Amino acid sequence: MAGQSNPDLSVFSAPEVEFLAEDEMVEIVPNIRMEALNMICGDYGPFFPQIASKVPLWLAVALKKRGKCTIRTPEWMSVERLTQVLEAERESPREFQPLPFHYVEISRLLFDHAHDDIPDLYMARSLIEDIRDVRFHKVETGLETISGRTHAVKLKNLSAMEVNIVRPFMVRALQAFYKHDSPHLIQQPRAMGSRQPQVVDRGPRRDLRPR
Amino acid sequence: MASGSGSGSGSGSERWSEGLETEAAMAMETTDVELLKRAWRNEKAAPEILQFEAALVLRAREQIQLLEETLEEFTENGVDDLVVSLYQMDLDRTLFLLRSYLRIRLQKIEKYMIHISKTNLWNRLSEQEQRFAKRCTDIMEKHLEQSVLSRLPYGYQSILKQSISSEEDDMVPEPQLDTFVFCKTKSAVGAFQLDDTGDEIVDLVADDLYVLRYKSIKGLVEGGRIDLV
Repeated sequence: MAGQSNPDLSVFSAPEVEFLAEDEMVEIVPNIRMEALNMICGDYGPFFPQIASKVPLWLAVALKKRGKCTIRTPEWMSVERLTQVLEAERESPREFQPLPFHYVEISRLLFDHAHDDIPDLYMARSLIEDIRDVRFHKVETGLETISGRTHAVKLKNLSAMEVNIVRPFMVRALQAFYKHDSPHLIQQPRAMGSRQPQVVDRGPRRDLRPR
Repeated sequence: MASGSGSGSGSGSERWSEGLETEAAMAMETTDVELLKRAWRNEKAAPEILQFEAALVLRAREQIQLLEETLEEFTENGVDDLVVSLYQMDLDRTLFLLRSYLRIRLQKIEKYMIHISKTNLWNRLSEQEQRFAKRCTDIMEKHLEQSVLSRLPYGYQSILKQSISSEEDDMVPEPQLDTFVFCKTKSAVGAFQLDDTGDEIVDLVADDLYVLRYKSIKGLVEGGRIDLV
């Protein structure tokens, strides 16, 4: 994606976005007995074999890696629901369907660490890939409508990873339009009789004083 | 252990219901980790330095220390390795958040130290950060003085100005408040004016995502009514 070379504009790294996603809650079915965990991030458990319990994703993955539980695939990741979402995404070219804010990261983590718990693994995986593609195509088409009159862009239901990917390009495009469309930024040097051309620079904008 | 202002069972941002719930009520059902995460996100995404979350950082540090002590006891008492490793992960995650939060602030201070020290942004810094900013400025001034400025002709020796004829300090980097940021609304903010002239009004409804100019929503970010993502 364009603009990723500029570290100033990419606010979060991909691992950081994943870190945030790991706090989302999922349901696990433990196969061991374990006392309640009173952690800084919250209280979870107690855990009993075969009795479902809600924990953050990082905890679920940690237990799963040690073979202490199975992770229940979230409702929205069922093939049925994903098929509906994909259809709806295709039918509404200007809107994004509601999905968890971290749907890309959650599904990725589950595919990586809990693939044996996911029914219809391949189907679910390809559906999510298709959904991502359709949504991203919409983002790209949406970028074409940005103009100098754009003061705000509404992106309801855009997910965390999608925000992070489109951010550098979007911010730079909006900034460039804003700069060239703000009359006071262009007229000012003329009014002051300066011959200095309005230089297109990417640094912080500062008027150079004539001396 | 692990007690704080409120350690309710895990709450995600999606649980924040629409409506007119007050900020206090929201904070009640939110853990300190959740609050720290929000502070970290906002700090990372905002171009300028935000108010230091002194009370929150203090609480987080206390909880971290408490858990570190508990972990030592666990190891001495031979508690199950699995349980110990899970608590260790919880500790590591909180430590990462706290460190990253403090670091991003230090980066901003290094970048805009002179601007910060000249404006009321100075009051947003913690005591330690103010000390850091002072030392940092001193060292930078000394370095520039010795390596460049003292060898320049008279009139061009200021660290703050391009030349003596500059009316204002035009060599001080300032955060670009005109930049655009991605933000998420928690509850409805209502019709909101985006620019000074009042031409652009956006109706900020609950749980929506916008790209807006930071300058126009600055107040909402500082008031905790909107989150940067």
